[in-house]
Amino acid sequence: MKNIIKLICVTALLVSTSTIWAAGGSGTLYKMHVDVHQQKSLQRGAKYFMNYCLSCHSAAYSRYNRVAEDLGISEENMREHLIFTGQKFGDTMKVAMTTEQGKEWFGAPPPDLSVRARSRGADWIYSFLKSFYVDESATRGVNNLQFPGTSMPHVLWELQGLQTLVDDGHHGEKDSHADDGHGGHKKELFEITVPGKMTPDEYDQAVVDIVNFMVYMAEPIKLKRQSIGVAVLFFLAALGVLVYFMKRDYWKDIH
Amino acid sequence: MTNKVGGIIGWVDSRLPVIEFWEAHLSKYYAPKNFNFWYFFGSLALLVLVIQIVTGIFLTMHYKPDAELAFASVEYIMRDVNWGWLVRYMHSTGASAFFVVVYLHMLRGLMYGSFKEPRELIWLFGMMIYLCLMAEAFMGYLLPWGQMSYWGAQVIVNLFGTIPLIGDDLALWIRGDYVVSDATLNRFFALHVIAVPIVLLGLVVAHIAALHTVGSNNPDGVEIKKNKGADGVPLDGIPFHPYYTVKDVVGVVVFLFIFALVVFFAPEMGGYFLEHANFEPANPLATPEHIAPVWYFTPFYTVLRAIPNPFWGVVAMFAAVAVLFVLPWIDKNKVKSIRYRSGLYKVNLLVFLVAFVALGYLGMESVTEMKSQMALRLSELYFLFFIILGIYSYPRSAGFYINSFIVLVGVITGYDFYRINPEIADTTWNTWIIPVAYLVVTLLGAAFTNLDQDKQVPERVTS
Repeated sequence: MKNIIKLICVTALLVSTSTIWAAGGSGTLYKMHVDVHQQKSLQRGAKYFMNYCLSCHSAAYSRYNRVAEDLGISEENMREHLIFTGQKFGDTMKVAMTTEQGKEWFGAPPPDLSVRARSRGADWIYSFLKSFYVDESATRGVNNLQFPGTSMPHVLWELQGLQTLVDDGHHGEKDSHADDGHGGHKKELFEITVPGKMTPDEYDQAVVDIVNFMVYMAEPIKLKRQSIGVAVLFFLAALGVLVYFMKRDYWKDIH
Repeated sequence: MTNKVGGIIGWVDSRLPVIEFWEAHLSKYYAPKNFNFWYFFGSLALLVLVIQIVTGIFLTMHYKPDAELAFASVEYIMRDVNWGWLVRYMHSTGASAFFVVVYLHMLRGLMYGSFKEPRELIWLFGMMIYLCLMAEAFMGYLLPWGQMSYWGAQVIVNLFGTIPLIGDDLALWIRGDYVVSDATLNRFFALHVIAVPIVLLGLVVAHIAALHTVGSNNPDGVEIKKNKGADGVPLDGIPFHPYYTVKDVVGVVVFLFIFALVVFFAPEMGGYFLEHANFEPANPLATPEHIAPVWYFTPFYTVLRAIPNPFWGVVAMFAAVAVLFVLPWIDKNKVKSIRYRSGLYKVNLLVFLVAFVALGYLGMESVTEMKSQMALRLSELYFLFFIILGIYSYPRSAGFYINSFIVLVGVITGYDFYRINPEIADTTWNTWIIPVAYLVVTLLGAAFTNLDQDKQVPERVTS
């Protein structure tokens, strides 16, 4: 009996560790540490997102007022500095461009970004935004190492500047530890040729902010879910102790 | 008729036998006193059923079964409906929890011979419940209308299309269209929220009614009704209420603790409970690179993929489920519990469990040559388990074991010669050893050792 329980615990542990391992994602150039509890980062991310992403991409399941409330942004600030579409405070984050226009202008309509962080994963978006490089053969003059042949232009180029691929014969070989986002550079994939408004470290932080925001936006309740969970677990643990002693009391005569 | 109690209960009882019902099923239903850990999963399955029904009702208040609106309505529930995220996560986690609990419940039945005479009908109702659950899970998974919903449904409905002659028409009839579409979504919604749950509830009542007619089995596989006291109460029996109600409540709280861990801290369970690709709306024009069913279907999905011919693959997959139905007529050994079964029986069961889990793992992976070889070998182990179980039903002579060994190795090797081609020759013969080694242990081991000897079953339950 004890052995069986032990066996189950070990199996559960194995399954959960392999789950974590699997969740690490594969096939992304870089990895980042997501932290949706850094409100300043989320606020900056929201600013970049509204300024650069929302002109073409919608986030049609997300509402301005919810974002403002969750991120501690006042209604006036939100209206004046972050709502560019003339929409109402309680509206969802739509975009003026229609699907047809998107198709015509970009070849493919820009996808809605509300839950993109859940389908693609944070690492993927982080890598994507860091991997635009100058490529004369591409129609838009830039290509992307994470998503080759993407129809999205390098919208953040004025921040990052322009970079080219470092030709060391290892292209396509995706080294997931090329950059851990904290200066631990093992191997540079890119080289900045035209500097932007930001230094590489500042740009990296900006991308982290955007991804943090997108992870929040993909699941707004994530901010509170875990703390509610802790309360639920405490309640269940206390209840567990009570019902255990109740059971023991009822069963004291059964041998 | 005189009432034992007065008041409202007495008034009702003289019109409807509520007290009789209470006594027959709870306060005077005598269950063996030696239930262990494995006996929690029946009541837990009932708990999960209630969770699914209650959360399901709240979800239907906000969900829109329309191909244009479905995906957005799920996100609406996740964001704008008060506590909608919790209801949805409980429902999605509940689906997986249902299978966890039911698989453990079935394993319990397997280990302690709870499917054997006189409990065959309980097992059959249970298997029908399991089928209903699979139908519920499959149709429910289409409703969020994500990429995996769409393509998973497409793949599974196409399975029916492989049936000769009627296949195409059958698949068309199920979908209501030439591809999975709005029509499919609407009918799956209807079946998921009304039709199958009604059948499911009826089967649960039948399952429990049949159980309470013959009484519960126990870890010793001893019939407690054979040893009754002067008052007609089984000596090893205790009233279900209050003893097992208070005990099951402990199980319920422990279960809810683990359930809450998933719901609040890992609702996607790393992509196993909610697949990442399902956060992308269904797109009939873009097939995902890798279509994997949800984990609880993957063992059978691997059996399907193990056989190259689509029709025979489907036959094998359905056979893998169907063989479970006839389990009471395969394993006729009088000894019920694993505690008193032979050493080789334990080996056989362990191999089966490992094979089942490994089949499940392979079902989530994309196909490579080695993996499809392993899929076939593990499928062979899956089916051989039942043959060996049948052989172990009665004491056999050494000659019987040896002849069975020759026949089964012959069949497996024969199929390998039939299917082999130069490209897969190496992996075929390298993995050939797996089923053969299994048969060496289970059949030759039985022929040449006394590890096939069952033990003496005690008269009364132990501990």
